[in-house]
Amino acid sequence: MRISRDRCVACGNCTYVCPMGAIYIDPAIKRATVDRDECVECYACVNGMSQEHLNPTLVRTLRRVFQFFRLRFEPEPDVCPTAAFEPEELTWPRVVRRAFSDPRVPHESTGVEGRGTEEVKTNDVSNRVGVGEVGFTIEFGRPGVGVRFFEIQEMTRALAERGVHFEKKNPVTTLMSDISTGDIREEILNEKIMSAIVEVKVPVERTEEVIRLVWDVEKRIDTVVALGVGTRCEANGEENVVAPILERLGYRLERAKTNTGLGRATNHPARAQEVTA
Amino acid sequence: MTNTLHRFGTAESFRDDYVIFAMCCRGKNDEGALPKLKKFLEMAVPFRPVNLGDARHGGALRPSRSLNPTSHWNRDMTPDFQAVIDGLDTTTTVAAVFDNRPAAEAFLDRVREADLGLSINVSTSVDGADQCCHAAGINRHSVGYSLGFEGKTEKLPNSQVLTLMTLCGHGMIASSLAKKMIDWVKEGRRSPDQAVTYLSRFCSCGVFNPARAKRVLEDALSKTR
Repeated sequence: MRISRDRCVACGNCTYVCPMGAIYIDPAIKRATVDRDECVECYACVNGMSQEHLNPTLVRTLRRVFQFFRLRFEPEPDVCPTAAFEPEELTWPRVVRRAFSDPRVPHESTGVEGRGTEEVKTNDVSNRVGVGEVGFTIEFGRPGVGVRFFEIQEMTRALAERGVHFEKKNPVTTLMSDISTGDIREEILNEKIMSAIVEVKVPVERTEEVIRLVWDVEKRIDTVVALGVGTRCEANGEENVVAPILERLGYRLERAKTNTGLGRATNHPARAQEVTA
Repeated sequence: MTNTLHRFGTAESFRDDYVIFAMCCRGKNDEGALPKLKKFLEMAVPFRPVNLGDARHGGALRPSRSLNPTSHWNRDMTPDFQAVIDGLDTTTTVAAVFDNRPAAEAFLDRVREADLGLSINVSTSVDGADQCCHAAGINRHSVGYSLGFEGKTEKLPNSQVLTLMTLCGHGMIASSLAKKMIDWVKEGRRSPDQAVTYLSRFCSCGVFNPARAKRVLEDALSKTR
């Protein structure tokens, strides 16, 4: 993302809306400026702010007059008065920033928006996490901290060493150069993104082992981690296997996503087989 | 686990936060899914949701690409549910957000009756979702627990800011904007309702809960009195 020096009037509204805090008013040029290294190309600025198309010279003049008389100029906080954002054509490897940060852009590898994975949300149709299994979603960077791929690699390598199964239909997995070692493609290791989810699946008996591993790796990386644990319920809708393990490890189970089981496969069988293959 | 799982708060605090969403599984039930997703949204409206949205276009309050300068004095703050339904043009995740359990239960029951064949999920407290399913006569299929935030949690903001910014599950609400809105409400520069609309427009997946956000802002205000 870039901000036009010709159009920016340094109102400062955009400095507050950047989830990474990557926009600042450069005192040397008196214009809003994007810190390219910190910007994750989430497009929250250009997509979230409303745009006016006022004349920049007029707005700058008015702002100077107000400033001279010590009057507070208080526009709407979510508006760019001069439509100064200039999204740029992103190339590899920077393009991965947007893929993992702008939730409106579907991941090419999975076709899913957001973090790019269906997890247990479609488990009633996909059977991604079967009976007796636990699916972990290990999310890095959200909210508002961000993460670089070399930090994610710390986790993927540690998990790979334990021989866990990485979910194939997951954007991070598709960026691994070697799934058996958890290595991520070298050219993207320093790219910063809003967040990413690593997904692994293990038998229920290994739940505690994976959680303790995550706890260990968390200490070595400089970001926040949000752990999600997905599992199948029994036929009567109860779940009394994984919850006790999590509670024993000290977790309070405050919130969950619950798949109601109302989904079913409706595609033509031939088409479904084609996609699966 | 994606957009709504890691909302910050205690189980009790989710009493006004019920997100019910529908999605299809690629290659399994995505053929002809678009009209079903639209129907899901249409069915939600009579149950008086506080937000409707889709993961591609956002919620019922959206930013304007060409704002009229006079709108500073008379900006429209009315959620436009019909625009969300009409604007859905691709298969993606769609969501309806409710601020009370009876409405969520009744809507879930309606969705069950409609038998859309889509995957339907309820995101709220563990018990809240269980009660919704029970009321609708549904046995839960799978559950994804949130274990909250770990690691370098010292990098996270205070609980009020965190509660507001996690109302967009994709992290598009900046902590500095959430903090600014709390401050503006405390200073009397904007009402909680106005502050909520500013925040809401940044949520690109349409799961922002304006009722919960308003409660957080009013709580912040009451603690300064």
